[in-house]
Amino acid sequence: MVDFFNPIIEALPYMVSGLWITVALVIGSMGLGLIVGVPFSALKVYGHPLIRKFIGLYVWFFRGVPVLVLFYLFYFGLLSWLAQISFLSFLPFNNAFFAAALVLGLTTGAYQTQIFKGAILALSPGQLKAARALGMSDFQAIKTIILPQALRFSLPAWSNEYSIILKDSALAYVIGVAELMSRTRSVAAITHKPLQLTLFAGLIFFVLTFIGVKGLKALEKKVKIKGYAQS
Amino acid sequence: METQTVLEARNIIKNLGGNTVLRGVSIALNKGDIKVLIGPSGSGKSTLLQCLNLLHIPEGGSLLLDNKPVNFKNKSELYQLRQKVGMIFQEFNLFDHLSAKENVSISLRKVKKQGRKEAAKRAEIELQRVGLDDKMNLYPAQLSGGQKQRVSIARALAMDPEVLLLDEPTSALDPELISEVLVVIRDLAKNGMTMLMATHQISFSAALAHEFVFMEDGIITEHGSPKELLAENATSRTKDFCAKIAELTGEQA
Repeated sequence: MVDFFNPIIEALPYMVSGLWITVALVIGSMGLGLIVGVPFSALKVYGHPLIRKFIGLYVWFFRGVPVLVLFYLFYFGLLSWLAQISFLSFLPFNNAFFAAALVLGLTTGAYQTQIFKGAILALSPGQLKAARALGMSDFQAIKTIILPQALRFSLPAWSNEYSIILKDSALAYVIGVAELMSRTRSVAAITHKPLQLTLFAGLIFFVLTFIGVKGLKALEKKVKIKGYAQS
Repeated sequence: METQTVLEARNIIKNLGGNTVLRGVSIALNKGDIKVLIGPSGSGKSTLLQCLNLLHIPEGGSLLLDNKPVNFKNKSELYQLRQKVGMIFQEFNLFDHLSAKENVSISLRKVKKQGRKEAAKRAEIELQRVGLDDKMNLYPAQLSGGQKQRVSIARALAMDPEVLLLDEPTSALDPELISEVLVVIRDLAKNGMTMLMATHQISFSAALAHEFVFMEDGIITEHGSPKELLAENATSRTKDFCAKIAELTGEQA
């Protein structure tokens, strides 16, 4: 029985360093998604019709194209082309991790835009009116009244998005990011023990999902608006 | 005595969803005036109120604040006007994620750029004024309708408005909660607040108002003191309308 687990123990340091790359990739892309999603959702609801149209196209593209296709499209296509433009050379376009974070970030950014947009539309329109009536600019009203509520209501869906992006991050091995899945595959190829190692990788993904979802649930409880029914 | 016009609307025209909701409405509020807008639903009362603080931008006509015309296209003039023209909504429209005190202080901090302490202090004073000393730290979902409406009045008053617009402030309230809001409004009237209120509380507003303004189909069809319009021998449309409401509510018009 001990023999069965031996390959895992031997590969542990190597796989754990891959785990950190997975964690960094997920945090980076969820963060990028947040940076994109928050302003885009507000602009999608309140912005100029042309801006709304543009955001609609962005969401439509990243929701419509599979992540795997996007990895190839960006890494071997768009980004390798951008890498040849000299004044942009300070950006790491040839870096696989950068490409993966960008693709996952823009993908979850599209979904997060939709999540936040839904939450904004679910708020009573009277609150924006009241904020305007007090002399707030639209920007102030959206920032201090609308978004604090919309982001709270978005947490359950955002937590869902986290678990999806965590699992999608495993696809980054196709462009050579040395994350958990790619390391699992290379150890498995050398040791010919794919079953134990893949099981172990799956277990790590499961634990990461569990920790993240629990943490976000705790955050949801912490920022819950007083007097609202607990879901 | 010289009267000072605070807010004046001239010939306001407003289209909403392809309909002309306001067809040339003019109204002026002098300092200390209390005018009451009455009329059937859909007559444009609410739209007029929202045009007066430019929540709706009128398609035609002009608006004068302290005898100075307001440029609708100039954002800063728009924000200035809204600070000076307070608004109370039928549905309260409190900020759900903020306590009663924060509901009142947020605009002081964000719009008037007051410090946190100064704004909190003012919020406490305003909430005391509407009788909510003990509810300051509660959130909207923890308050009754009457309490919510009183918070919203405190929120508007904290901005030191020159005029208060009230859009059916008691229409969304349970009957037994109406009086606590009316008491607050009566106090404001006593203290000389300039007000324009749309309401169906006829007897209450008849005792308070200097003028009844009757709207129908997007225009003002009648106006005059409640006494004139509701006199025994008067044959006003206002009187008919008030009589119908009285019939419905058992209220003496």
